[in-house]
Amino acid sequence: MTAAAVPAMKARRRSLYPGWFYAPAAAIYAVLFLAPTFASLYFSLTRWTLFDSVFIGFENFAQFFREPFLIQGLVNTVIYAVITSGLKVVLGMLLALMLTSQIVARGYLRSVIFFPVLVSTVGVGMTFTVLMHPTVGMINQGLATLGIQGPGWLVDPKLALFSVALVDVWKGVGLATVIYIAGLVAIPKDYYEAARIDGATSLQNFFYVTLPLSRPATATVITLSFIGGLRTFDLIWAMTKGGPGFASDTVASVIYKQYQAGFYGLSTAGNVVLFVLIAVLVVPLTMFLNRKQGHE
Amino acid sequence: MTKTRLFALMGTSVLGMMLTANAVNAQQSGYLSFLIDNGPQSVAVAEAWVAAYTEQNPDVTIDIEVRPGGGEGDNIVKTRLATGAMADVFFYNSGSLFQAINPVQNLLPVTNEAWQEGIQDSFKTVVSAGGEVYGTPFAPAMGGGIFYNKPIYEELGLEIPKSWDEFMANNEKIKAAGKVAVIQTYGESWTSQLFVLADFFNVLAAEPDFAEKFTTNEAKFATSPAAVKGFDRLQDVFEAGYLNADFGAATYPDGIRMVATGEGAHYPMLTFGIGAIAETQPDHLQDVGFFAQPGDSADSNGLTTWMPDSVYIAKTTASPDLAKDFVGFIGSPAGCDIRNEAVGATGPYMIAGCELPADVPPAVSDMLPYFQEGGQNAPALEFLSPIKGPALEQITVEVGSGIRPAAEGAALYDEDVRKQAQQLGLEGW
Repeated sequence: MTAAAVPAMKARRRSLYPGWFYAPAAAIYAVLFLAPTFASLYFSLTRWTLFDSVFIGFENFAQFFREPFLIQGLVNTVIYAVITSGLKVVLGMLLALMLTSQIVARGYLRSVIFFPVLVSTVGVGMTFTVLMHPTVGMINQGLATLGIQGPGWLVDPKLALFSVALVDVWKGVGLATVIYIAGLVAIPKDYYEAARIDGATSLQNFFYVTLPLSRPATATVITLSFIGGLRTFDLIWAMTKGGPGFASDTVASVIYKQYQAGFYGLSTAGNVVLFVLIAVLVVPLTMFLNRKQGHE
Repeated sequence: MTKTRLFALMGTSVLGMMLTANAVNAQQSGYLSFLIDNGPQSVAVAEAWVAAYTEQNPDVTIDIEVRPGGGEGDNIVKTRLATGAMADVFFYNSGSLFQAINPVQNLLPVTNEAWQEGIQDSFKTVVSAGGEVYGTPFAPAMGGGIFYNKPIYEELGLEIPKSWDEFMANNEKIKAAGKVAVIQTYGESWTSQLFVLADFFNVLAAEPDFAEKFTTNEAKFATSPAAVKGFDRLQDVFEAGYLNADFGAATYPDGIRMVATGEGAHYPMLTFGIGAIAETQPDHLQDVGFFAQPGDSADSNGLTTWMPDSVYIAKTTASPDLAKDFVGFIGSPAGCDIRNEAVGATGPYMIAGCELPADVPPAVSDMLPYFQEGGQNAPALEFLSPIKGPALEQITVEVGSGIRPAAEGAALYDEDVRKQAQQLGLEGW
């Protein structure tokens, strides 16, 4: 290396920290994230039994898209993500409004709403499976005392996906509420005072002050719950295992079934598909939400 | 050679000498791990075997490890084998699933062990690969058919059906008497496959070469008139309204309870369910009988049979001689006696010299004639072909709950089977 080259390199790498400062983090990132990512990209192109693997090109992807239930699984996944994130936005906002107002036992109610977030998802799933049992479940027995014949929440193929989505909302709405509470509390009081001087009703207050100014919170809730909904697995698996039949299968449960059957290459290919699907849906959504925010 | 390796070598040779020395007076010493599934019966049997064996060999320690059953358990077994972390001795399926754990590479052959002479050849064929035998039966043989509630049969004066028409006629009478005729438990989807799988004796009766043609992609469920009947039967029973009201959510323990206590008359199931009845409904054990799934003709009535699960030795074991001795103990008449005492008798053993106690439950004595001279039985498809589609249980739930017609279900299963065959790299797919 010539003496002249050294200052040139120094000039290009003018950074607060020396390069080796990043090395430990980069090593951890490479070992824990990059290596598995590239390994799974490779294994998605093989027929893999865990004991040996044969390179078969894109056959796994072709097979995955031939999977009779993949299309239904894709549709179910998007329906599930839209329902859960939509309800979490609406309910989270309403609960946050209630919990930031001067109501009795506010602190207690806040913790009650947040409590389901802390409970294990599989535990929640098993509990609701028992509650939603068509004949001896507490929900339908409660309805029966009112003279209503309850539906088969988890065993009716038309209902199963929606029942699971409702439980997901029950479990996840606490987090949305907390994000909204933070957003609402951060709105300066001046806006409300100005609105009051202009004679705004509480509805006008909500639509013209609260809603626009809590947009960052809305963007966060939508992004988080939408991604969560797209890759949902644990709750569906605990409650219906994708059933009855294939009625509540999502992409993630289709992938898991391939893994269970010992089709490791195929399920890895499915994971690559899921990764691409989430990226394709969420990146434009985030860009859209953030652009709107910029206009305010 | 490094020092540690030298020590390790010395250690093994010393251990080897100790083992040969001990073999003279049949005393063993050392340590084994034993991996089983978490079913209450597996645990009870394994504990009884370990207790008896370590009583005879006080210098042996055997740790029982427990894994989940079903697909999760399969993955644990495969992962531990692939990473060389398998327990010394472990329990796993025989037949088509056994071929998927790459036995030649991962397991210790036991072909030439003395105790293998007592094991029936029909069992050896489902635990063999590359000309070597790898397994020893973990349990008695099973039949797939229909449990029935004897008090209901007596009350309504019903006969054991020999043909499907007779079976449906019985169901009609049971329904007319205001009772549940057929119990289904789709809350655990694996239980939904029985009407299809247990119909295989009838398929073979009509098409004796179905299994070979199925494996070579020449015969299909959807296009074989005999094979599609299993799916038809599932649909018939649903459409006639014979099922329990909560069939979509009920689970296997519910089914066992219902057929034992008379909440329902028929429950299609494998005979290993007798163990569960004995454990959870001991007062009703005498109330449950068993018959093979009836087919088209009363003249060719027979039972579809399942080979038991098996015990294997991992190739990575540090003490192969001790492991072989322990597995040989399990596969001996003494092992059967311990099993009978721990969980009761659930069917005929595949081991010479193993006797069933005189007071076997009626469901067991009902299945024995099918195994005896002049009785009729045939192995289930999964023991004649390496292919079993993984989505069958979801498809049978759909056909059995009226979500999808039988013909479509059969065609969908053929699609599922194609995927499995391709993954196994079979020819002709």
